Amino acid sequence: MAPQISTLRRALFMPAIASRFMAPSALSRSFSRSADEDCSTFTVDIAVQFKGHNVEPPAQVVETSAKELMKFFKDMSRMRRMEIASDQLYKSKLIRGFCHLYDGQEAVCIGMEAALTKEDNIITGYRDHCTYLGRGGTLPEVFSELMGRRNGCTLGKGGSMHFYKKENGFYGGHGIVGAQVPLGVGLAFAQKYEKVKGVTFALYGDGAANQGQIFESLNMAALWDLPAVYVCENNHYGMGTAEWRSAKCPEYYKRGDYVPGLKVDGMDTLAVKQAVGFAKEHALSKGPIILEMDTYRYHGHSMSDPGSTYRTREEISGVRQERDPIERIRKLILLKEIASAADLKSIEKEVKNEVEDAVAKAKESAPPDPSDLYSNAYVKGYGTQAFGCDRKHSTVVLP
Amino acid sequence: MAISFMACHALAGTQSNINSTIYCPSRHQPLVSGRLDVRRICVSMRAAAEKGHTSAASLPGIPRASKLITSAVAAKSEATTSSPSTKPGHEVLLFEALQEGLEEEMEKDPRVCVMGEDVGHYGGSYKVTKGLAEKFGDLRVLDTPIAENSFTGMAIGAAMTGLRPIVEGMNMGFLLLAYNQISNNCGMLHYTSGGQFTIPIVIRGPGGVGRQLGAEHSQRLESYFQSVPGLQMVACSTPYNAKGLMKAAIRSENPVILYEHVLLYNLKERIPDEDYTCCLEKAELVRPGKDVTILTYSRMRHHVLQAAKTLINNGYDPEIIDIISLKPFDLYTIGNSIKKTHRVLIVEECMRTGGIGASLRSSIIDNFWDYLDAPIMCLSSQDVPTPYAGPLEDATVVQPPQIVKAVEQLCQ
Repeated sequence: MAPQISTLRRALFMPAIASRFMAPSALSRSFSRSADEDCSTFTVDIAVQFKGHNVEPPAQVVETSAKELMKFFKDMSRMRRMEIASDQLYKSKLIRGFCHLYDGQEAVCIGMEAALTKEDNIITGYRDHCTYLGRGGTLPEVFSELMGRRNGCTLGKGGSMHFYKKENGFYGGHGIVGAQVPLGVGLAFAQKYEKVKGVTFALYGDGAANQGQIFESLNMAALWDLPAVYVCENNHYGMGTAEWRSAKCPEYYKRGDYVPGLKVDGMDTLAVKQAVGFAKEHALSKGPIILEMDTYRYHGHSMSDPGSTYRTREEISGVRQERDPIERIRKLILLKEIASAADLKSIEKEVKNEVEDAVAKAKESAPPDPSDLYSNAYVKGYGTQAFGCDRKHSTVVLP
Repeated sequence: MAISFMACHALAGTQSNINSTIYCPSRHQPLVSGRLDVRRICVSMRAAAEKGHTSAASLPGIPRASKLITSAVAAKSEATTSSPSTKPGHEVLLFEALQEGLEEEMEKDPRVCVMGEDVGHYGGSYKVTKGLAEKFGDLRVLDTPIAENSFTGMAIGAAMTGLRPIVEGMNMGFLLLAYNQISNNCGMLHYTSGGQFTIPIVIRGPGGVGRQLGAEHSQRLESYFQSVPGLQMVACSTPYNAKGLMKAAIRSENPVILYEHVLLYNLKERIPDEDYTCCLEKAELVRPGKDVTILTYSRMRHHVLQAAKTLINNGYDPEIIDIISLKPFDLYTIGNSIKKTHRVLIVEECMRTGGIGASLRSSIIDNFWDYLDAPIMCLSSQDVPTPYAGPLEDATVVQPPQIVKAVEQLCQ
């Protein structure tokens, strides 16, 4: 490790000289390529203390590598760019209906992915664009679906709130607040039934945390020791209502009562990774656990909500300056001298181009066929495409 | 053939009171005037069935008819709903038939599991899951806490991964609490996920007006769920179709709601020993006729059969169809019947407003207007919460005398 760092440091301080001997792009490419492949681990301290409820919190240090940090940076930048592009597309009326953006909360889904495999399931609510991307979705699928095109991830018929990727264990994408949590318990039940060594992460927000079905399903998950982890993405506002106005006890990690809980700084990707790994082990051995991710969304609840009537702009910009997850990783990368500021800028540019390409491609793609209106209402082989209670609109021809 | 009077037998309680409605198809004259020795006919028909006779003309004691319909279903050439079985069959009550169907499917496919309140150790509040928990274990026959919304959601989530759960609502009315899960997740996920998820779930339970159970326990949910896209709905009415529909629903890849009726669980019938299923989208021709088509389902089938005795005695020849499939309607069978009789009476237990009859009426008008000689009559329950007092409760649902009167009015 030491020789590698000194090589990096030399490269950092001697770009001007080095560039006379090699093409500048080759220099920076070879630099970041080594960072991208550097799997040697080192530990990082987690700044904000974990808070446990009926459980001993995990260690405040987490193991990571240069490769992982670079991946975090790139993936989170891609997600941030995607959400900003969605904002612009919505304003130019290419995306209609509801559009719930996740920017600011990227650390939660990226940290989760770092600790999970495809054997684990994730199910979440309607703020699902980035979670979908984290589970192996691609940008063209996202933009096509948002714009209602045929090659979208759900054939243009689901929309922003209905992204799914079954083969990668991503179960959506649900519009009704809290209804995805019993589904998540069902996924965990199936994992126990089929004896699959995986865990289901059911995500919900601080608004949904007051739903009865959360507690009903938590009771069942705890009763039968189902491998379910409840993740409350607490961005402190349930649409326009702040948490202190809607919950008597806004300490959502404690609301499980007999189920242990852990409060995590949701803007710190590495803290999330640590907590999620810990929760996964807990769920596989002892039963359900609640994770409360203390996070924040920069946009309003959806594109119809300016997001500034119930909170001040200073609050939003304050969080952006002090707790932004991407900036945090950027600072860590620069501190550990894994890459240079210029490299990170070029990654951001690369990601911006990816997003713009995907948007352009999606804009050109075709809308669904009119016959797609009736497809997949029932499983094929049912006999006919059912259009209504009488199966057909057309007059029945009798022999 | 043994079905209909066995059913009446069970409902009426005593054998000697029965004016039998054997659907022995003598056209223009009432079958018999006065009472029949049902026992003798039961024995002879059973014997005839065992010998493989399906023709009523060969049965002893029954007047020969000039034209016979030997197939029970007016479909093209598929299997009949009555079984020309070589084995004797066995007698079961309706809840036992459901249990048999459930047990057979659970043995066949390890992914089939049951969830509901008191289905496991208690054996089911109507004994449909009796003995299954001992046989298959607690995970496959899961006793849930009283949380309909959540355990229905849980079943749907499990179905998304490939399990085939059966959700029992202790009373269908309780499933109103799970309406969101049934409508949005169960019905719509196959569509909104672009076909990625299938939800092969069966939601079943007793509904309908019972014996003074009170308003909240006498609900008919078929009218509430009929608009939900993506769901299939069937209603069983006899042990034969109960077992067949249960098996077919479990095997179906679509979400199916199986409506049972609280008062029909003790119906007795002889059903085949061999494995059979009923088609989920096919109606059952209970009694062929030529004067009027009576469309009905669930418990009202038996009220119609009771009314038919009187009607036949009075010289009418009703064609009785148990529609079985509430969503979608089997317009092929229904249409063939309307083409023949030109008059339709719908007898249902749903409320008048927005019930199954309302949808059926509009489907028939859309498709078979040219064949109708009279307006479609629809007898439904009154638009009131079901009262507790016995006579009032009887007045909320359709009774056989009303059916007789309606047919007489229609055939004028």
